[in-house]
Amino acid sequence: MTETRLKQEEIPVEMLKSQSRINISWQIIFAGFMFFFMYLPILVLAFYSFNESRYSARWQGFTLKWYVTLFQDEAILKALKNSLIVGFSAIIIAAIVGTLMAVGLSRYRFRGKSLYLGVSYLPLIIPDIAIAVATLVFLAAVQINLSIWTIIAAHIVFCLAYIGLVVSTRLSDLDPHLEEAALDLGATPIQSFIQVLLPQLMPGIVSGCLLAFVLSLDDLLIASFTSGGGAVTLPMEIFGRIRTGVKPDINALSVVLILTSGAIAFLGEFIRSRSEQSQRK
Amino acid sequence: MTVSPSKPKNESKIGKRTLPEWLGPLALLGPAGVWLFLLLVLPTVVIFQLSLVPGIQPGDRVIPSGLDNFCLVLGFENCRFADFDPVFLQTIGRSLFFATGTTLICLLLGFPVAYWLAVDTPKRWRTLLLLAFVLPLWTSSLLRSYAWKTILRPTGVLNSLLGVVGIPPLDLLHQSSAVFIGMSYSFLPYMVLILYASLEKLDKRLLEAAADLGANPIEVFWKVTVPQTLSGIAAGSLLVFISGLGDFVNPELLGGASSMTVSRLIYDQFLGVARDWGFGSALSMVLILAVSVAIAGLIRFGEATPKK
Repeated sequence: MTETRLKQEEIPVEMLKSQSRINISWQIIFAGFMFFFMYLPILVLAFYSFNESRYSARWQGFTLKWYVTLFQDEAILKALKNSLIVGFSAIIIAAIVGTLMAVGLSRYRFRGKSLYLGVSYLPLIIPDIAIAVATLVFLAAVQINLSIWTIIAAHIVFCLAYIGLVVSTRLSDLDPHLEEAALDLGATPIQSFIQVLLPQLMPGIVSGCLLAFVLSLDDLLIASFTSGGGAVTLPMEIFGRIRTGVKPDINALSVVLILTSGAIAFLGEFIRSRSEQSQRK
Repeated sequence: MTVSPSKPKNESKIGKRTLPEWLGPLALLGPAGVWLFLLLVLPTVVIFQLSLVPGIQPGDRVIPSGLDNFCLVLGFENCRFADFDPVFLQTIGRSLFFATGTTLICLLLGFPVAYWLAVDTPKRWRTLLLLAFVLPLWTSSLLRSYAWKTILRPTGVLNSLLGVVGIPPLDLLHQSSAVFIGMSYSFLPYMVLILYASLEKLDKRLLEAAADLGANPIEVFWKVTVPQTLSGIAAGSLLVFISGLGDFVNPELLGGASSMTVSRLIYDQFLGVARDWGFGSALSMVLILAVSVAIAGLIRFGEATPKK
């Protein structure tokens, strides 16, 4: 190491500069490779979904027949419907309850607050399987029949955590004086909440909901444990099919889902960054 | 995770209105509190109680009667020390091995990417490139693992490409290597996100100063960059480690029969053939304990590192 240091001191400035340029290009190549790595599985699925032969990696002609099979597959469509019901119901309830929670946590100081806060973050930390087990065991203990509603109830728990987190972050950036001003000008607490605070929180709520929706759409374990076989969600259906054998239309389904959730994620990020910009102005 | 500071000033103001003082906190914090208590706190208590019942089947009466299930996790059936069988300890060990290995791989691959994004990329491109890098995270994790299956299987994409170059086919699927590839791929975006946040705050003047004072790039990296981003490295590693410890999909789809992990073992106790809820609950408690230890370790580590 001392050797290289001595050498560097002897090298003229121009050469040092060219050396640093080489350094940068090494990093670009590595980063480029990692970007390729991130998108490789998605590209492969897309490739197979349009390939006439799905069993070999060789291109045997363009086809849309896997997409046709997919949209005629009743089991997939039913699972998709269930997943959408679960996702929408869970995020609507979680958005309301989670926003109230975030506002309450930012506004009040009370005994046991750190405990409350810790519990609300738990779903982000505990592995899915543990949450799934706990919910199943509890529902069995209180003898509630498993159905699509129990999946929704379980999904609300982690949706609540994510929406609460995103809304809390947004709240901490807000100007508290606006709400105080509204109260001073005679608004009731409920009026100031709905007319002043809520519009300001909206971008956070929306992006929290989108995040929670994508996570709900992706959840396999919690849904498997809490459905009792009564309602099959999309990940459960896909998991069953992947395990029992390779089905041609799963690749097509992957492409549809990837495009949809990619678009949702992009939309969420767009809303968030735009609201951040407008706040800075 | 930031928490906004409390504003007691507001509190007193609301108190002056016509509504009683306890109504506000109750309306805001009550619903979430009830929900979290019913579906998170209470269930955890119930699985702890259940873990103390040996050999329970669904529908049995719950009478906590001993630590047999925890003995079984450690390899002692009925808590007798005579016949020791570490098969479940091996499963726990394997989960730890996968999680640790994945954390190291993600750190090794993620750091250069995060560094490049946060330090070397022009500012207006940063957010867009970061978003592009983590975008696959929002797509179905199940389907991404499935894609790796298509890549790694004997007649898959990888071996077709290797065949073109003339390299003999690799047998990666159903091995630990496939699990590592799938898990590292799944959790790399988390690592990059957290490292990026920490590297973005890096004081570049210190890097220049170190270089001016004669440090070579390796010394700059170890003595300036790493200490400044240590908390980010620790947080990213913890997140990947915990996610890896509980991962179900990747070992299940990419690993072989010898890739049994804790998650799969728990799954079998509840939804599979084994059907031993007490033992499954004990395993869940062990998993929760392992995660808690990891988090406590990080907090201790955070307290031990000198603040700037």
